[in-house]
Amino acid sequence: MNARGGGLGVLLVVALVMAGLVLPRWLVFLLALALAKGVAVLSVVVLMRAGLVSFGQGLFFASAAYAAGFAMRWWGVREALLLVPWSVAVAVGLGALAGLLVARYRDIFFAMLTLALSMVLYGVLIKAYGVTGGSDGIRIPTPTLLGLQLSGDDARLLVYYLAVAATAAAAWAVGRYAAAPAGYLAHAVRDNEVRVAYLGAPVSRIVYAAFLLSSGLAGLGGALTALNVGHVDPGLAYWTTSGELVFIAVLGGTGTVLGPLAGAVVYELIRSYAFKYAPYAWQMLVGAAMLLIILFLPGGLWSPVERVWRRQQA
Amino acid sequence: MAGSTKGWLALGLVLGVLVTMVGVSTWAGPVRPAEVRVGIVTFLSGAAAAPFGIPARNAAEVIISELNAGRVPAPYNTPGIGGVPIRPVIIDEAGGAEKQVAEFRRLVLDERVDLVIGYISSADCLAVAPVAEELRALLVMFDCGTNQIFEERSYRYVFRTHGHQILDNVGAARYILRIRPQVATIAGINQNYAWGQDSWNTFRESMRKLKPEVRVLAEQFPRLFAGEYSAELSALLAARPDVIHTSFWGGDLESFLIQGLPRRIYERSTLVLTTGDTVLPRLGQQIPPGVVIGARGPHGALAPNVPLNRWFREVYTNRFNVRPVYPSYHMSQALFGVKHAYEKALAANRGTWPTKEQVAAALRGATFDTPSGTIRMALGNGHQAVEGVAYGITSRFNTATKEMELTQVFHFPAECVNPPEGMKSEEWIARGFPGARCP
Repeated sequence: MNARGGGLGVLLVVALVMAGLVLPRWLVFLLALALAKGVAVLSVVVLMRAGLVSFGQGLFFASAAYAAGFAMRWWGVREALLLVPWSVAVAVGLGALAGLLVARYRDIFFAMLTLALSMVLYGVLIKAYGVTGGSDGIRIPTPTLLGLQLSGDDARLLVYYLAVAATAAAAWAVGRYAAAPAGYLAHAVRDNEVRVAYLGAPVSRIVYAAFLLSSGLAGLGGALTALNVGHVDPGLAYWTTSGELVFIAVLGGTGTVLGPLAGAVVYELIRSYAFKYAPYAWQMLVGAAMLLIILFLPGGLWSPVERVWRRQQA
Repeated sequence: MAGSTKGWLALGLVLGVLVTMVGVSTWAGPVRPAEVRVGIVTFLSGAAAAPFGIPARNAAEVIISELNAGRVPAPYNTPGIGGVPIRPVIIDEAGGAEKQVAEFRRLVLDERVDLVIGYISSADCLAVAPVAEELRALLVMFDCGTNQIFEERSYRYVFRTHGHQILDNVGAARYILRIRPQVATIAGINQNYAWGQDSWNTFRESMRKLKPEVRVLAEQFPRLFAGEYSAELSALLAARPDVIHTSFWGGDLESFLIQGLPRRIYERSTLVLTTGDTVLPRLGQQIPPGVVIGARGPHGALAPNVPLNRWFREVYTNRFNVRPVYPSYHMSQALFGVKHAYEKALAANRGTWPTKEQVAAALRGATFDTPSGTIRMALGNGHQAVEGVAYGITSRFNTATKEMELTQVFHFPAECVNPPEGMKSEEWIARGFPGARCP
């Protein structure tokens, strides 16, 4: 969330673009999945900046993924550049409605309300079997880009680059937000809400704006996940999905934009290698990795980088 | 000048020979590998691990080690696959469809498996099948129930070596009408997700077609893993249906049975458990007499008395101290189907190791023997197996096997409980089972 972060960001985007050409295809897929999740983690971090912990980002994550699925199924839209904005718009729309209620609450009440709303969506998706396909979910065919129909590896690479571009855009937007008055005020709300109100700043509007941004980011993550995986199911709205996002936020560190993204990549890699080398104990390996990080890097994976920056500035 | 021309000629000759050699070796197809790597994906953690995932994993372990040792009865008595040992790469099916798509890609591209046998969850099957097609990787689905897969799309590299949920429930309806022809009222209690919803719809519609005057008294859909059914039991007891259908499985099925015991639900109504075979060895004497038990095909307690089945029961029981249940049988079908297809392709190729496409062509429409009897790949353009189905009713406790014995066992052949090729299951039932041949 500073100039150095911006420079590093550009470097990272170049590295990611190169990675798409060099890395094995399964790793590129995993990376695309991690970036999509990373964007959703940013949505958690934006709220954390305002002192709010959401356990219900699955609501926006899943609603955007299903919005893409339905646009494909009902209207035959296959264009990624239409599907992504449409899905994000659905998520933001839902966020605008849900925000009217939940943005008034703080602390555990906020966490529980967001959790409840996402579980309502989960219940609807499971039970409206005729429309949503229930627990079987719905298929997402390969999207097109600017009318270009690709298949196989090319299509995967396309979705990957879409994820890289969207992630870069999201990171830039969150960086700008954090540096803007609204972002600073959100930070101030976390520190002392009453004082912000006495200073004459509209607390409810600041929180509502953070909530809208957050729902859009979670929606973007959901849309990218849907296009990448090719299948959506109600598990995306389940509380474990939302919990995972909070978990990655803590893992990556919540102080920067790049931390959560790095956290998402590391999390997916740890999980994949744990699946590979310990099929019977992968949960324990993931848990142990988390414990170690919390014990030795309480500020998150990114905190050593931040420390180096701060030292250089000083 | 002349010397250099000669040099060029010699170089050209060498190059020409090299190119021909490379050409011949590519033309001759892939070389015989040192091992056949088989990705095996089944639940190793979570609620579906104990009832399904682990019995399937156990079956894979014991069958692969017996196959590699060449100790399986005919027609599978050659070691490994065409003499090449099989090496399983086992991974957990947990993590949801998103994780499984990533893991499937890793298995194929990183672990370089020759094929993947896997998936118990229908959502995982639906999500992974298009990916297998994209990667041109062989996928044999071994246990998932949805009938959507081959009825909505056609595949080249994707197979399913067991019957889908239609046969369980059409078979259950036919069985009930055979042993209780006077049945007038039915009710259902099924888990509220695709499997439960599909199962109940198929059973209800089949009953309505087979006996139109049957009335439905209750349709209950408690949530998955609810574990507590007192309200549902009260409602079912009050409704007094002749038959209660359930596709519950695992812990939910055990909870439902145990909670129903003291309230004597089975005395008022005939319980039909489409996956009941999995609890026979676990609950033993706790299952009352008069309960209709299915095994999603001729598996477990309802498997045919053929040499392959006697062998399978013996080696499995010796190793794990418990008999195989239907997911174990499903796994055996996938493994024997794969061995059959590889060796058929190998023979057609006159001993040269077959390509994936040749193996797929050999499995398409194949007929092969398994511990569950003969399997035919008859639907979905030869990619979807049909099986018969068997049902029985519990009678008395057998102290030797420590299980309830099944009587009035009836086998419905595949042609009786599966739609014909090219017709969707829903349509087949709605039109009154055209083409069904039942004894």
